[in-house]
Amino acid sequence: MTNKAEPEMMTGAEIVLRALKDQGVTDIFGYPGGAVLPIYDELFQQDELKHILVRHEQGAVHAAEGYARSSGRVGVALVTSGPGATNTITGITDALMDSIPIVVITGQVPTTLIGTDAFQECDTVGITRPATKHNYLVKDVNDLARILHEAFYVATHGRPGPVVVDIPKDVQFATGPYVPPENVQHRTYHPQTKGDRKAIEEALELIASARRPIFYTGGGVINSGRKAVEALRALVKDTGFPITSTLMGLGSFPASDDQWLGMLGMHGTYEANLAMHGCDVMIAVGARFDDRITGRLDAFSPGSKKIHIDIDPASINKVVPVDVGILGDCGEVLEEMLRIWHEKKLKERIDQQALKNWWEQINLWRARDCLAYAKRSDAIMPQYAIERLWALTHELDPIITTDVGQHQMWTAQYFRFDEPNRLMTSGGLGTMGYGLPAALGAKAANPDKQVICISGDGSIQMNIQELSTAIQHDLPVKVFLLNNNYLGMVRQWQELLHGNRLSESYVEAQPDFVALAEAYHWKGMHVTRPDELDDAIREMLAHDGPVFMNVQVIHQANCFPMIPAGQAHNEMLLGEEVKSAEEAGV
Amino acid sequence: MNKPTTSIPPASTYFMTEGREREEQHTLAVVVDNEPGVLARIIGLFSARGYNIEQLTVSETEHEKGISRITIVCRGTPRVLNQIRAQLSRLIPVHSVEDLTLKGDPIERELALVKVVGEGEKRVEALRLADAFRARVVDAHTGSFVFEITGKSRKVDQFIELMKPLGLIEVVRTGIAAVSRGPEPLRTQ
Repeated sequence: MTNKAEPEMMTGAEIVLRALKDQGVTDIFGYPGGAVLPIYDELFQQDELKHILVRHEQGAVHAAEGYARSSGRVGVALVTSGPGATNTITGITDALMDSIPIVVITGQVPTTLIGTDAFQECDTVGITRPATKHNYLVKDVNDLARILHEAFYVATHGRPGPVVVDIPKDVQFATGPYVPPENVQHRTYHPQTKGDRKAIEEALELIASARRPIFYTGGGVINSGRKAVEALRALVKDTGFPITSTLMGLGSFPASDDQWLGMLGMHGTYEANLAMHGCDVMIAVGARFDDRITGRLDAFSPGSKKIHIDIDPASINKVVPVDVGILGDCGEVLEEMLRIWHEKKLKERIDQQALKNWWEQINLWRARDCLAYAKRSDAIMPQYAIERLWALTHELDPIITTDVGQHQMWTAQYFRFDEPNRLMTSGGLGTMGYGLPAALGAKAANPDKQVICISGDGSIQMNIQELSTAIQHDLPVKVFLLNNNYLGMVRQWQELLHGNRLSESYVEAQPDFVALAEAYHWKGMHVTRPDELDDAIREMLAHDGPVFMNVQVIHQANCFPMIPAGQAHNEMLLGEEVKSAEEAGV
Repeated sequence: MNKPTTSIPPASTYFMTEGREREEQHTLAVVVDNEPGVLARIIGLFSARGYNIEQLTVSETEHEKGISRITIVCRGTPRVLNQIRAQLSRLIPVHSVEDLTLKGDPIERELALVKVVGEGEKRVEALRLADAFRARVVDAHTGSFVFEITGKSRKVDQFIELMKPLGLIEVVRTGIAAVSRGPEPLRTQ
């Protein structure tokens, strides 16, 4: 029985576990070491929190990211001091760039040794300061419970992000009071979630008078949660406007819907990019005008009025000046917009003739069929592999993770996502090695779902060691490897931008992936012919355990459309199979 | 072998454009929680994002509440200055960010200690000029003075310039403290 005036006393290590449980954490990803042994000792003596032992600390952080993105909950990683902490930096930076709520707990040498270059000491808060949304060094056990609860609060409120809590070993041993989460209030950090009423009305005014409108949505909609997704869908449906998404935003609007134009940006569809270029009103929701999206800035959507809804004040007017900026949570703002939209019957004010003309124009762009590619019967085209994977799995509503490169863009183009939280991919940082550990994290959060990591032969070999984690913790994910013996995106850029001088992008010595998978006790498969592909995918899905499927694809396929360097949205490179303007009747 | 085989010039995978906007100098008042590392966060933000700091002054202003006030003089185009304010305001321990220059011509004062060594005519001239600038003598020896001068940065600059030929050997400046005019206090939330 705890008395409010008399907080429960316990050791720092006990406080850590108690705080995690009170925050609703069920799984943590980690790797033990000297400076976190007291916490691991507590873990050993309880059953509520499940610990998943990764094989490298970077994997722990990506797994926590996959867990967070697929479930909407906070992902937690636990690592030791020194190299344990430095190995997390890539994952933490990845979470910062993609706004993923995670808490990373690092052990630290005892407070009395800090600053003496002790064994496995590093300046964790110094190193992680620019890589985190916020970080803490806990020097006093009396602050520990408050700081842990604050860490969860900061990670999830405002624009989400990673928070590091560095806990010296003596603080883990020391005894102090436990404060429950409801007793912790943050002193300074209270981000604005409700949009300004005047700005919302101004935005609706623009929307109602638009003649060539487009919704441009990003990961913020998915981060905001289900109500943002529902409100967005309702608003898009009611207005009848076209919609495109960033890589991070895929799934917030169903790809199977007619109003969906596909992804935009550097490898976006022809219709999405030209609609962005030619629109007169752009409604940006939870997207940040990334350089992969905008292309050449001075030619970005030159004739449009821009509305931008974002939770992050620094994202509004950062690179693209907007006409109406609305600071707030996407969900709350969209719900408010929808309410006023109906209340004022603004739908009646839309110029339906203009909208019809706009759709006719868009449908002409669509008719060029920008994702067309040469089908082959003698070798597997990578695009075909993704199309078949989608065709044979989409009824299972699977979770897909990717690594970084051509396979990632082909996944975004050819795997059609109808629901949010189904695609986990490293968008901002572009981290090769993200896919496999993220898949393990997603599987831990969704044990009943089919989780498939689409990867490339370059990326999979960064963090391949996590194959072992899948076996130890019974996380039967599938790896669908598009193997072209090249670092494909590098090779493509070298071909198109550096005179086809293929400097160090050919991977000459490759492991036998089937044997490698089997050495890790996975089922290994190898496919080379298009007519074997469907059966192989079925076999992969039917197998109970984890499967590593090496799909040999043609060596030098390029990912199109592509906006080349220094070009604008209306200056895309298209594949050879794409219909010419005349053929499409444009 | 490794020479170019085509005439395609190397190009970038980034889109590079040059800004042509005019830069301005603004004074910001930033109220922060006085916790370890807060100054490193602010300075790290400026260096990480390539912003320019001209001057920085920090001191605790409300001891009981553990609150410090930082005065930052920075340069940038209007858009960069807007970014600086937004980026600062989203740091977790920051209570508020106010652009005093945007609010109107703020009162700005700086203190400098100026050591001048000399004898005879030069020494008399230094003392005479110090008097004209209302600088106080805070240390005097037969061959040297230390002057304390307070005022706008430009006035301090001028005084230092005048002291150079008169035996100036050392200068230390605090950076400015700034406050807005009129009855309103600084917003803190």
